[in-house]
Amino acid sequence: SIMSYNGGVVIAMKGKGCVAIAADRRLGVRGHTVAMDFQKIFEMGPHLYVGLPGLATDTITVAQRLKFRLNMYELRENRRITPKTFASVVANLLYERRFGPYFVEPVIAGIDTKTGEPYICNTDLIGCLNEPDDFVVSGTCVEQAFGMCEALWEPDLEPLDLFETISQALVNAFDRDAMSGWGAVVHVIEKDKVTVRTVKTRMD
Amino acid sequence: MTKTAIDLPPKGGFSFDLCRRNAFLESQGAKMPKFRKTGTTIVGLVFKDGVILGADTRATEGEIVCDKNCEKIHYLAPNIYCCGAGTAADTENVTDMVSSQLELHRYATSRESRVVTALTMLKSHLFGYQGQVSAALVLGGVDVTGPHLHAVYPHGSTDTLPFATMGSGSLAAMAVFESRFKEGMTKEQGIEVVCAAICAGIFNDLGSGSNVDLCVITKGGKEYLRNYQQPNPRSYTHSKGYHFTTILSSKIRSLRNHVRVVEGDAMEEE
Repeated sequence: SIMSYNGGVVIAMKGKGCVAIAADRRLGVRGHTVAMDFQKIFEMGPHLYVGLPGLATDTITVAQRLKFRLNMYELRENRRITPKTFASVVANLLYERRFGPYFVEPVIAGIDTKTGEPYICNTDLIGCLNEPDDFVVSGTCVEQAFGMCEALWEPDLEPLDLFETISQALVNAFDRDAMSGWGAVVHVIEKDKVTVRTVKTRMD
Repeated sequence: MTKTAIDLPPKGGFSFDLCRRNAFLESQGAKMPKFRKTGTTIVGLVFKDGVILGADTRATEGEIVCDKNCEKIHYLAPNIYCCGAGTAADTENVTDMVSSQLELHRYATSRESRVVTALTMLKSHLFGYQGQVSAALVLGGVDVTGPHLHAVYPHGSTDTLPFATMGSGSLAAMAVFESRFKEGMTKEQGIEVVCAAICAGIFNDLGSGSNVDLCVITKGGKEYLRNYQQPNPRSYTHSKGYHFTTILSSKIRSLRNHVRVVEGDAMEEE
């Protein structure tokens, strides 16, 4: 399948006044691992991150196209974009190519700076938004990730607890998937700071 | 974003610039990924004072449930709502687009929108794309000419009916409707029948599940009852979550029982 050609997984979770987004770091070509430091999470604003698992070439292209649209928005409106509006921008970019889509299934995580509300959402590859209250997953090991998140997530986790929860969910999910893994990076976004941590994982 | 680097952003509509690349990838043996569908049971029913629309809340991606509580009843106009089945992105975008067009039409005509207007906009869009935009809709509303209910199919054909069902659970829901529908039901009776129909879809169809959403539209206004019934509560969570601390040993020491005075005077205690 095209979506598992390069491999990869991204998870995002909501906590109390914070969100966390985490991804693995593998880039492969079918079974052959080519890089262990491939970036799948991109910063779109001080409080807004987007994860783009799927075909790696589309990951890079969509990240660049989104950054362009974001820059145009900020120049025109003279203000930072809110996560909900950004999600609509992503959905529009993807639905525009309804009959020849980009092979990415984005995950968006951010905090609305005006209200302090955490926001997460993901879309399928043609831009159908899904905005739940708990967690979102996307990538080659969605089934494992869904299971881990359903079991471990609870509402109103503090930032450190959220970090533990999302790390455990991600690492145990991709340990059961041959196409993802080889390191993990976790961003925890709070109102006043963003903490980026790389996690020690199995490298097989 | 097409050919030159200094092009303006596109004005809208679909862009086909990746089709050749994707066709090449498919010819090399890569399988196209599945779009998120809404599986679904959606229903509509005309009762004495208006229209009731109902939907389940499960969204699936292949065999996986990706959203346990999605919204399938979409807003078109203050007096018109539309349930969507089929590819979720298509139903979402088609209803958003028609909703914007209806709003512009309301400004141009200074009148409340009519259900047949929405119907014509939807069917001409879907027919134009020859069924490639996979949206099956149950459209209902109340306007100056009365209550209306229509079923719209992905290729652009429509049916005007007193009760309609669409989606993978439509057979289960239609069975309930065919046996229990009556002309001129009251609101309570109508809600009961719609809930029973959606529940039939939820419990018997694999593509439908979770909760029942309702929307009751009458001349006076609308009632959007999100999660009206929740027949599938989660009953098996560990309330305080899981903990990763490793316990090496634990010992329980029970406390001595108090002495109970059977006869005689109890000792005075300070």
